[in-house]
Amino acid sequence: MDQIFEKYSLKKPENLIPILQEIQEKKGYLTDEIIEKVSVHLGIPTNRIYGVATFYDQFRFRRKGQYHIQVCRGTSCYLCSSSSYLKEIEKLLKVQAGSVTKDKKFSLETVNCMGGCSQSPVIRINSTYYHHLSVADLSRIIRTLREKSE
Amino acid sequence: MPTQDLTDIRTFLTEKVIKNYSGIFDKPTTDRLAVIRHEKVSRPVIYIGTGTCGVISGALSTLERVQKYVSENNLKADIIEVGCNGFCSAEPLLDVQLPGKTRLCFRNVTEDRAEDVLNSVFHHTLQNDLTLGQYKQPGLEEWPNVPMLEQIPWFNLQTRHILKNAGIISPVSIEEYIAGGGYKSLYKTVLNYPADKICEIIEQSELKGRAGGGFPTGRKWKIALDTAGDQKYMICNADESDPGAFMDRAIIESDPHRIIEGLSIAAYAIGASQAIIFVRSDYENSLNILETAIRQAKEYGLLGEDIFGSGFNLSISVRQGAGAFVCGEETALISSLEGQRGLPRSKPPYPAEKGIWGHPTVINNVETLANIPGILENGPAWFKAMGTKSSKGTKLFSLAGKAVNTGFIEVPMGITFSSIINNIAGGVKDGKALKAVQLGGPSGVCIPPADLDTPLDFEALSGIGAKLGSGGLIILDEKTCMVNLAKYFIDFLQNESCGKCIPCREGTKKMLDILEGITRRPKEETTHETLERFKGVVQLESLANVICDTSLCGLGQNAPNPVLSSLKWFREEFEEHIFDRRCAAGVCHDLRTFYIDVEHCNGCNICQKKCPENAIVGSPKMPHFIIESKCTGCGICFDVCKFSAIYFK
Repeated sequence: MDQIFEKYSLKKPENLIPILQEIQEKKGYLTDEIIEKVSVHLGIPTNRIYGVATFYDQFRFRRKGQYHIQVCRGTSCYLCSSSSYLKEIEKLLKVQAGSVTKDKKFSLETVNCMGGCSQSPVIRINSTYYHHLSVADLSRIIRTLREKSE
Repeated sequence: MPTQDLTDIRTFLTEKVIKNYSGIFDKPTTDRLAVIRHEKVSRPVIYIGTGTCGVISGALSTLERVQKYVSENNLKADIIEVGCNGFCSAEPLLDVQLPGKTRLCFRNVTEDRAEDVLNSVFHHTLQNDLTLGQYKQPGLEEWPNVPMLEQIPWFNLQTRHILKNAGIISPVSIEEYIAGGGYKSLYKTVLNYPADKICEIIEQSELKGRAGGGFPTGRKWKIALDTAGDQKYMICNADESDPGAFMDRAIIESDPHRIIEGLSIAAYAIGASQAIIFVRSDYENSLNILETAIRQAKEYGLLGEDIFGSGFNLSISVRQGAGAFVCGEETALISSLEGQRGLPRSKPPYPAEKGIWGHPTVINNVETLANIPGILENGPAWFKAMGTKSSKGTKLFSLAGKAVNTGFIEVPMGITFSSIINNIAGGVKDGKALKAVQLGGPSGVCIPPADLDTPLDFEALSGIGAKLGSGGLIILDEKTCMVNLAKYFIDFLQNESCGKCIPCREGTKKMLDILEGITRRPKEETTHETLERFKGVVQLESLANVICDTSLCGLGQNAPNPVLSSLKWFREEFEEHIFDRRCAAGVCHDLRTFYIDVEHCNGCNICQKKCPENAIVGSPKMPHFIIESKCTGCGICFDVCKFSAIYFK
């Protein structure tokens, strides 16, 4: 984190979002301590930082699972029944979108659009994309990942 | 570019090309440029589309397989990663060019097909089912019985100027871009014209902003140029947050230098020495490509200080958007860049007068800027010759949804939507009927088939109550429920409403409540709720109009569009939901009532076992039936029935 602070050494408010982005990129999520440190570094009150961090979809305050599943619900994916995928994954993992499984292996979230509308419906697990999956494919992929993590 | 020495090429380009851009090149120079552009190859070159659309379709596995093929067969061949030529549903796209022969393009080359395709090229036994076409390259031997790429339906109605290089050159090779005449317009701009002349040229070309507003770009620049300020800013808005649109991503991933060149010219025209590209954080690939492209441009002296020795300085930085739809609005984007919540401000003052940190700021979107180098190169008259009376040039669209072919296209203004859908998109998937075309993202409109002969033109579209928007074109088939779709859009906009002004914050919530009311299961409704539902329905239209009239920014002003346009063109579908409590498309789950067709049911028992409500009764081997009062309409029985014996009304 010190490296990031060094990179954005100027106490300019416009550095707030890039700092938070880089910290999240490294750590995976933001915590209260991080917000306090950023607040001291930039001289911005914590309440303002919370205001910014909770406004944008990108920032998260909860740890991601080992496998982070993103289901696209852009218009095109929605029309190509991405919601049924989401339901199926929720059923398989026994969690709701926006949360993490108890064993911390999987986290599930919906995203507005991944820009893969021509391939819809699209799902991303960590950095791998999947498209046009069947229900059987989905459960097979999740089973394989689960076995791999054990 | 593994075959040729990069330093050698760089010296050649800097000494012979960039410094001599105003003159005419001699024969050896033009020949060498053709080699850098890969128009003439001395050994086979294999190109793989690894844009996001390609990666989703498995292009990285194909790439690995191709690398293995080349090393296993000891082939002396180059492998080049390119962006996408626009035909995304044909991804992974693989092109092969053999020495002396024209470049071939293959479609859907997944990992398992890569070897067969390469064998077929190297053994000259082409498979027709995967061959998309060949490029037109005069002077090279054509492949027999292979159609020209520009003649296949996907390409033949397109006019590709912005997409000239898309899918053809490597996005991370500035050399290929320069060899194709890249940065020549910037050279011309900074050395030959004063800033106000550039604004004038763009104004003469009648280029209008492509982000949806349609404000004349040249005039916007002129305002910023005429506003006094010691520092001015030029911003490229690449925060493409319309779900369903991906043209900006596609241009960045396929031809990033075109945007950098356009942005540099724009910065020169307004007198800015600082430019920012604001990119969506979800577009990781675009971010990386842009960073590389900027670095390369700096290395060539095309960015930085004293560009082309003209005294013009420019530094471009890339900033990641943090994910908020409202930041597509100019003033909200500025707030976000300043490190605040992305809240819009009231206009005037316009950003061109008082923008980021109070300095004059111009914000243009990716497509607008991608048009600039072409206009400077060929002149405003060339640009004006394309299109209609009120809309000039070409327009990019992303085609998605239930079309046979999907991807991004560039068409001249004035083309009709029906020809885009029938010819380029190849009609509706699975032989279904077309219900409507959704244009312009969540706050856009749904146009019914009867109005699709409207030409693509700012004026003609506003004549039918539609807006061009950013260029997302989503094809809806007969199985789409317009009420449900309107609900989806309002839900999205309600989520993305920044909360600053009341009409948008509360109004969209109220509209969502009303739409949820009319799609809710009637049996779960209490008397009070029924009354509320009717009251809501009566007020839906007037509420929508109030939100349009009183919201602060474009998001709120356009938020009711999906509801208003659906009410205008698909009113009977709303009435069916409200009065008959029925959804003909069967999408609104809560409104479905299931029945068993005794003719087809053989009593296999599966539905009975699966029903979570125990609403299905019947003895084995005898037709079953559903107890209507117990059924919750979940549709599990419908999904599990193998004999199509269950239907809904």
